[in-house]
This record gives sequence, C-alpha cells and structure tokens, in this order.
Amino acid sequence: MQSLAQISDFPSIQPMGVDGILVRFAGALNEPANRAALAFRAAVDRAGWSEVIETSSSLVSVYVRFDPHGVAHTAMAERLAGLLGAQDWFHAALPGGRRLVTIPTAYGSTLAPQLEEAATAAGVTPQEAIAQMSGTQVRVQTIGFAPGQPYLGALPDNWDIPRQTGLTPQVPAGALVVALRQFVLFSVAMPTGWRHVGQTAAPLFRPEADDPFLLRPGDEVRFDAVTPEAFDQLKRDPMGGVTLRGIA
Amino acid sequence: MTSPALRVVAIAPGASLQDQGRVGGMALGVSRSGAADLIALHEGAALLSQPPGCAALEMPGAGGRFEVLRDIVVALTGASMPATCDGAALAWNASHHLRQGTVLEIGGARGGTYGYLHIGAGFDGPQMLGSRSQHVATGLFPALTAGAVLYAGTQTTKGGLTLDPADRWGGGTLRILPGFQTGLFPQDQQVRFASSAFRRDVRANRMGVRLIGDGDGFGTASGLSVLSEIVVPGDVQITGDGTPFILLNECQTTGGYPRIGTVLPCDLPRVAQAPAGAMFSFAFVTLDEAVSLDAAYRAHLAALPRQCRARIRDPHDIPDLLSYQLIGGVTAGDD
Repeated sequence: MQSLAQISDFPSIQPMGVDGILVRFAGALNEPANRAALAFRAAVDRAGWSEVIETSSSLVSVYVRFDPHGVAHTAMAERLAGLLGAQDWFHAALPGGRRLVTIPTAYGSTLAPQLEEAATAAGVTPQEAIAQMSGTQVRVQTIGFAPGQPYLGALPDNWDIPRQTGLTPQVPAGALVVALRQFVLFSVAMPTGWRHVGQTAAPLFRPEADDPFLLRPGDEVRFDAVTPEAFDQLKRDPMGGVTLRGIA
Repeated sequence: MTSPALRVVAIAPGASLQDQGRVGGMALGVSRSGAADLIALHEGAALLSQPPGCAALEMPGAGGRFEVLRDIVVALTGASMPATCDGAALAWNASHHLRQGTVLEIGGARGGTYGYLHIGAGFDGPQMLGSRSQHVATGLFPALTAGAVLYAGTQTTKGGLTLDPADRWGGGTLRILPGFQTGLFPQDQQVRFASSAFRRDVRANRMGVRLIGDGDGFGTASGLSVLSEIVVPGDVQITGDGTPFILLNECQTTGGYPRIGTVLPCDLPRVAQAPAGAMFSFAFVTLDEAVSLDAAYRAHLAALPRQCRARIRDPHDIPDLLSYQLIGGVTAGDD
C-alpha cells in the first residue's frame, strides 16, 4: 500500500528565498514523511556539495541553503532530484548516530497542572494518560522555534487532541506539553497553546557547555514517570536525571 | 589577544554585539541572528580596513556613554546618531581615533533605527557556532549593561576615513520572491498584496517588522492550520490578524504562519532601518532577477573599501575653532 505522501504531489522541490531550496515530502505530518526528511537531510550532508552552506529538516521537509552564485538554482534542484530518485526515502533507514534518551518526568500535580484536562480530551483517566505517555517511545521529529527545542511523536491515536483555544501565559523551561499526537519539550519559559502535562529538568540548551544541545533530530526519547518528590531531587542534578545510550 | 577597550557607563536597552550571524544552527533551533543592517556592518569594516566578519555594537534607537580605556579607532555607521568624544562632535559614517581616558557619547537616532559602533579588530565576546552575535532571549549571551567592559583586538588602522552610505532610511519598494506557500493565497490577494501600500508599525524588533495596510487583510483558506515549516530571514508571514510581518535575521527557525513570499537580502537593511510610519510596497521578482539583484548587492558590499576616502575636517566639526591661532603672521598692515 502506498503511503498518503506518495500518491500526492510529493516530494516537491521549490525555491525558498534567493539562496535556498525546500524539499517537501508531505503537506501534513506522517511518520514516513518525517523519516524521509531525516534520512534525506543526512544524505544531502553526506553528498558534501561545496556550495551548500547549511541544511536543516523540519517535520516533513529538508531545507538546503546554498550559494546561488556558485551553483544555479536549476542545477541544485537537479542534483536534489537525482538524490531523491536514488531510493525510496519514505522507507529509508533513519540516520546513524541516534541515541535513546530517557528523561525523568513528573506528570500532573502542581508541577504540570493540565494533566487531567489533557487526559479528558484524550478519553482516558489521568493514570491511563501517564501510562500511555510514559510508555510510548517517541522520536525527535524536528528541533525548532527555540534552541534545542524538540517536537516529538507520535503518541497513540487518542492523543490527536487540539491545542487549547487560549494561551497559557507561561510554562517553565523543561515543561512537557501535548497536542496533535505530539509532545513539545520547552527549552525556555514561554507562552503556549499546548497543554502542560509533565515537568522535566532536562537541560536542552546550555550555551556555555562544550556540547550545548541535549537532543538531535532522529533521537528516540522516553519520558519516564517519577514522583514530584523524586523530581525535587533531580532538579539538583545538572543533567536532570537524563540518561543517553546509542541505538544506531 | 584582546584587551579592555571601552567601559559601558550607560547603554540603550536592546544594544547587542552583532556580526554576520551564525551558520549551522538552524537544525538545532538556533536563530541565524547577526546585524539587522548588514550593509552598516560592511561599511564599518570598510572604514576600519578590516574584514566584515568583525563584531560591532548594534544600537537600536539610541547609543550610550562609553569610557575609552585605551587608544582606539572606531567607526560609526547605520542610523545617524549625534556622537561626541569629550564633547567634540564626531562625524557619522566615518572612522575616528579616540584617546585613552576620553568619553564617547552616542545619542538618539535622527533617521533610521539601528546605529553601529565598530572598533579596530572588532569587539570580542563569547561565541557559538563561530559567531559572536547575541540573541539574549535564548541565552546568547548576557545583555550588555552599565559597568560592562567591552574587549577588542589591536587595531591596525588609523581612522580618518569616511564614505557616503547607501540611502536606506525611508522604506520603499521591497523585491520579493514567491515561495512554496505563495499559492495558498488566492490570486486576487497576491495581486492586491503587490499593489498595496503598507506603513511600518511601531511594533518592530530584531525578529521582524509589522506592517499595516489600509485595505482588507490577507489570509489563506487553510488559515492557521498550516504545518509548521522552515522559516528564513526575509519571509513575509501573514499573522492571524491578516497583516504582513517581515522576518529579519533574528527570526525563529520554524513557524506556522503562512508566508506570501521572501524579501531579498539586499532589501532587508531597508526593512530594519525604516522608522515607524515609513511606507513600503512589494514587487514580486523572478528567480533570475533575484539572483542578479543579489549579485549586485554582494558586489556593492565588496566595493565598499574602495569607496572610503580621507575625511576633510569641516570647520563646523572643530568645536575649539576659536582657540586656534588662525591669524598668526598677520601684520598690523603699516609695515
């Protein structure tokens, strides 16, 4: 059976500004398109084209910034089309060097006050919600909006819940929020329309560290449940109790 | 080796060290950042005969007061601001030698938004991904406040140069490339967008500039359910209220608002420098036109060092004119 992504106009190659091209694998988020974006970006990096300045992947796309005076847009688009045709990116192996990252998480309580509301929206009890969220191994689908800030998924179908209509004025750094079968783990305090269901002490971005970024696109993550009391202890750990292990 | 060069006595809120921005951070959610007016960054480097990669102090709206800790050479570019050294006026768009122990004072902008203070060999500061550009909101790096000491390398130039800046202080027509979401906007809206006049709102910062139009707003059928996608500087996003918002170098790396196109890099200094109330319009260009315009822009930046000339002192710039012995040697006329 073909995936939804393959029976439409995707993948597409389009200019993005005078010095960029965007390769899109879908118009909506799905696992094969995210897999394709992660794998294709790694392939562009491996190709080592000297005119490429920077690459990045979003949920379902790959952005290639290049010097348009070193290689014409049409020539770069042809190179990308050639690479696209080299294999089925929707079923590609994920890039190497990925890790399984376990992040201790306090669900609910005053630390994460919207657990019950989110559980109701997902049609489960708060205890079932914790079991589902902590029991699902999710992938870093992309990092964006703020330094080191991951979008993760996918959660089970019943978590396809909308964002709330209003904004929560502020959730703290380390807040785990949920909507649309995705988590976002906030790297800095900010307002959000997603529901705050868990709190972590994960150091997503430490500008002063040798390696400032905890997570990379493609990493797998588990948000293990811990008690609020245990969370108080974790706050004293610079790593917030996070553990990492290579998987690929 | 760098050493203390200036001590901040007072500084405008939002002032920050900026260079050409960082490469390689997009995939990790790190904004490109860099000077809002990259032409000004290159002009300062040209006036100091140094590479454009040096970091300068970007001053939004106003400058500050700085104690000069050793003999230095500085250049002043971007939005014109009244500047003095120990009370003596300093010309803008020029480089100057400043003596140890003097006080440099830079006032409010007289046109444009961002002024720049450059120093010989560039300001030093913490780096991430090869760039000293600050992005204080994300922890890169602590905001500059009174008492801070700014470090710099050792200059190799003497100052005394000037140049005529490209006019970019009053809005104008912005060249814009269609993008992957332009087609989400109905054809009649695209036409109306390119034939409308917009006013620069008071809401503007290093992330972007909000515009206000007189007519109806703009919007897509898919509205706000567009999938979050890569964002680049120059993107014109249409926010929930139907107004255009032009993103600048400090924009976030991804965003969910639909974008009607991407303004060319050569026109972004005009976006950044326009004061509130300045008028803008948009003209769609083809990819070939965009590449040509970009080549011309890069050639202009590369040619700036050759456009610097020695500054001839205007008598108006000499505050102690009356103390000069201007009539030495004049006789009584009866000899």
